Amino acid sequence: MSQKQKQKDASIPTLPLGALISRWFGRNLIRIYMIVAFTYLFIPIAYTFAFSFNDSGKSNLVWKGFTFDNWADPCAAPKICEALGNSIKIGLLATVFSTILGTLIAFAIGRYMFKGRSTTNLLIFLPMATPEIVLGASILSLFLVLQINPGFWPTVIAHVAFCISFVVVTVKSRIASLDPRLEQAAMDLYANEFQTFRRVTLPLVAPGIAAAALLAFSLSFDDFIITNFNSGTVTTFPKFVYGAAARGIPAEANVIGSAVFFLALIIVIIGQVVSRKRKVS
Amino acid sequence: MKKISTPYLLLLPGFIFLFTFFILPIINLAQTSTQTPISGGDIGQYEQTFRFANYLDAFLENREQFLRSFVYAFIATLLALLISYPLAYALAFKAGRFKNILLVLVIAPFFTSFLLRTVAWKQILGEEGFVVPTLRTIGVISDTTTLTSTSFAVVMGMTYNFLPFMTLPLYASIDRIDPRTLEASGDLYANGFTTFRRVTLPLSMPGVVAGTLLTFIPAAGDYVNAELLGGPNTTMIGNVIQSRFLIPDYPTTSALSFTLMAAILIIVLVYIRKAGTDEVV
Repeated sequence: MSQKQKQKDASIPTLPLGALISRWFGRNLIRIYMIVAFTYLFIPIAYTFAFSFNDSGKSNLVWKGFTFDNWADPCAAPKICEALGNSIKIGLLATVFSTILGTLIAFAIGRYMFKGRSTTNLLIFLPMATPEIVLGASILSLFLVLQINPGFWPTVIAHVAFCISFVVVTVKSRIASLDPRLEQAAMDLYANEFQTFRRVTLPLVAPGIAAAALLAFSLSFDDFIITNFNSGTVTTFPKFVYGAAARGIPAEANVIGSAVFFLALIIVIIGQVVSRKRKVS
Repeated sequence: MKKISTPYLLLLPGFIFLFTFFILPIINLAQTSTQTPISGGDIGQYEQTFRFANYLDAFLENREQFLRSFVYAFIATLLALLISYPLAYALAFKAGRFKNILLVLVIAPFFTSFLLRTVAWKQILGEEGFVVPTLRTIGVISDTTTLTSTSFAVVMGMTYNFLPFMTLPLYASIDRIDPRTLEASGDLYANGFTTFRRVTLPLSMPGVVAGTLLTFIPAAGDYVNAELLGGPNTTMIGNVIQSRFLIPDYPTTSALSFTLMAAILIIVLVYIRKAGTDEVV
């Protein structure tokens, strides 16, 4: 080997191992970070799902063997399906009322200039800036003054009170993103105010209302703090889990939690596919 | 007859609802907070005596819990910001065609019930979970150290549970940044760090402000994480309000709720003003 050749070989960068590793990390840093972050996000979900198959008997704290029994009959744990049913009923009622009231407010704020508009905005912001525990305690103390016992309907009312603001904010942002020329075009084509609203404005705002309704349902369905104050003896699913937490929740609760997870995932994916198809067409 | 204006008609139902079930309860809370027990009355019977010292008593008695609530909420918010920012940044700029899928995956863990997730963490970090024995075997923690019933577990649970409130607003505002502004910064010889400090971060400030508020407010009022993951030395103001309500000690509960709400509102207003006017360095 000539002297020249040797020099050339030496000039090819043969970095020390440490530097190579650090360069690899530098290039893949984001990927590594994403993997770590998603692992962190999914640990409790994976745990809940795995332990829904645990042949656990009464206490679902340690792994005792694989079974499909919990999935075959998730209502086997006493009271659990009653609690789930209450959560769904309260969630649906709270969603209907808060979506209607919130959408009306969103149209008023999003479409009109009027005296008291900024006060209204403040009134919408305040419930969101109030901790749930204060909302829950204050509504219950009002019910107690009015001598109304906590229970099913007080819970629905309390949920509507804290869901409205989220509906308003969601629908308002959709209204703000509308092109006003579309409505002007409808008017130019001799549609009256009502026809314009029904045939142009409402269909355009509808996705925002649907998103707001889904948000309201998930807020209501998952709420514990406000519910715990106002529901009295009525048990909801989060209340059931909280009550059972001390002695280890039954595997059936993991089944229901996992099922809700997959159901919500499917709804969101369908929503994404539909909105992409609309954009394409 | 004078025509009633449309925006007021749209507002009316929602306004009546929010007045009855948000404003009135808060007024009622304020009234209750200065009441004292009726001498010779039953437990839970109070009369209005305008005793403003209730606030001082309630605060002094629970200043430790107040301090803890705000310290925990502050740390959890900071951790959530540190975890979420790179995640939101990667989603907005580096995810390419996987963007929508990854976005769904970020929200997906929160489709499972809040309570179930917290219980899952309790069991994962508990004595029968897999984390504690592993850490003991490799000698990171001693045989007597536990992970649950500690401030670490409470703050970790809060960070985890309120993470989407941080990630989503951050993503929304980072996603809106025009990538050409970052290229322009590079063309003007700014290095990666300078570009981040002078371009990306200031442009994403609305997301940072929204995310920190949406995380801090529920975290400061939370008691579920402290109840399930903590112990007697990690109680927060939420735990006190909840347990005092059951006694029932309405004046103390009301005074504490009001103090908490006022403290949060002051922090929020100061923070918005600071973040809104001062240049972020």
